[in-house]
Amino acid sequence: MKVTKTDIKNRIKLPRVKKHAIKLSENVIKKTQNANRFFLAVGEFNLFFWLTAKAAFSRHFEFKEFLRQCFLVGNKTLPLITITGLVIGLVLTIQSRPILADFGATSLLPGMIALSIVREMGPVVTALICAGKIGSGMGAELGSMRVSEQIDAMEVSSINPIRFLVVPRVLAATLMIPILVLYADALGILGSWAGANIKGDVTFVLFFTQAFSALGFMDLIPAVIKTFFFGAAIGFVGCYKGYTAGRGTESVGKAANQSVVLASLFVIVIDLIAVQITDML
Amino acid sequence: MEKEINIAAPADAATFTPDEVIEINNLTIGFNNVPVLRDFSMQLFEKENLVVLGKSGSGKSVLIKCIVRLLHPDSGTINVLGENVNELNDRDLAELRKKIGFLFQSGALYDSMTIRENLEFPLMRIKKGLSKKEIDEKIIEALENVGLSDTLHKMPSELSGGMRKRASLARTIVVDPLIMLYDEPTTGLDPVTSDEISSLILEVQEKYNTSSIIITHDIECARATADRIIMLNKGEVYLEGTIGEFESSQDELIQSFFKIKNVNSHSKE
Ligand SMILES: Nc1ncnc2c1ncn2[C@@H]1O[C@H](COP(=O)(O)OP(=O)(O)OP(=O)(O)O)[C@@H](O)[C@H]1O
Ligand SMILES: [Mg+2]
Repeated sequence: MKVTKTDIKNRIKLPRVKKHAIKLSENVIKKTQNANRFFLAVGEFNLFFWLTAKAAFSRHFEFKEFLRQCFLVGNKTLPLITITGLVIGLVLTIQSRPILADFGATSLLPGMIALSIVREMGPVVTALICAGKIGSGMGAELGSMRVSEQIDAMEVSSINPIRFLVVPRVLAATLMIPILVLYADALGILGSWAGANIKGDVTFVLFFTQAFSALGFMDLIPAVIKTFFFGAAIGFVGCYKGYTAGRGTESVGKAANQSVVLASLFVIVIDLIAVQITDML
Repeated sequence: MEKEINIAAPADAATFTPDEVIEINNLTIGFNNVPVLRDFSMQLFEKENLVVLGKSGSGKSVLIKCIVRLLHPDSGTINVLGENVNELNDRDLAELRKKIGFLFQSGALYDSMTIRENLEFPLMRIKKGLSKKEIDEKIIEALENVGLSDTLHKMPSELSGGMRKRASLARTIVVDPLIMLYDEPTTGLDPVTSDEISSLILEVQEKYNTSSIIITHDIECARATADRIIMLNKGEVYLEGTIGEFESSQDELIQSFFKIKNVNSHSKE
């Protein structure tokens, strides 16, 4: 419902209406309209979440589509994650080695790098890459399906598009991103070993023994748990933005773009919360 | 194609006669405060082909989307097979939609699937309990009907615009719906194929006793298929009647719809 200037003028039936009073009320209305839109979006997001949750626990599960999505998620990101994982380990090592050398503590290097990769760098960097690659992919794909009425076509064929499109994608991301993170962690440590060998000489076995002896159960488990949340958030945000895309092709690009932004934001916020929780343990 | 014109006796709008498959009363819908349909009422009778004419943007697609609840009207009621569409719960709505075939104006083929999968996808979910062989037969029959039997394993992106439209038509008829809603089935097709589609529409109607709403700008298609025509203008019913009544109408807007055809037939002679 839009309120126009004349509406306001009609409502305020004073003989002399001050200009700035109108301006003020217009501004207030605009603000409330913005606020309304925000709350509508939050409501829509919640509704979409519940519909997805409901569909996820329904009897019919699209297993074939789920497997296909798992394959796509892994396949799309594997090369990028391979390179990034190696480079992170390498760079971290090269950067921190001189500082440790100043204290004569280079023997702590493998443990320190392993800790920082497993606890923080691996999960967050992988998740951010996936937010860019998978989140935007899902946003664009579902967005274009929305625009070309394919989602409507499913609905009129009595096929629940949330069950067929959204649930397999969200679950695939939830399952695959932790796996990709573990893979990135392993490659990170491998990269770090390569980095350590530029200026020193450490055997592969020694390096890995030192790295893993620094890692405890309580380093790995919280880190793995949070990656499931990263995955769920990325899949869900991508699907949500695509599914609720507007009309017209331009909204496909918008959906893809907003998916990346929102998914990255979610990853960072979840990470913050996860750190707080782990800290309390 | 000669077709017997039989219009069901005009029913009292307020009472539901068993003959009516769709009854729309006082439908009003608009977007961003711009009304598209205003106080619109119509009925579709059993085994009837109703053609809806109207200028581009007059709300024809919006009308049939309201019938399957892809859009919610601002006010008014829509009864399909005796059920109020806007008051159904999700499960009943899904059941009702299984009985309705909907051809999208844009085709709306699933572009990550082959043509075969496009047809199989709704078929397997709507007609549960069909054997693999029956599914294959139905798919091939539907594709043969639209002249696309050789595209079984192609992706939609490999087809021309008209072929996509026909594939989409095949997807709609493969589930044998009770009610068919065609949104411009012949737009963008050559005259020969258009004629074939028109006869296919009639064939489907005779074979499965469907009732259809056909949205079209193609006067030839309207001539071939229509039992009754409704002309939409400015969100209201402008004129309702048989093809004969429309052709003999002196009204300017109606004339302009049929005029172009006449010019062509003059130039041929
Ligand atoms: N989902 C929507 N949101 C906003 N406006 C819409 C929506 N759907 C339709 N409209 C508007 O409603 C009007 C009628 O659209 P509709 O698609 O029904 O036209 P049409 O009669 O089918 O035209 P055509 O013959 O070109 O297909 C148009 O002005 C369109 O802009
Ligand atoms: Mg239309």
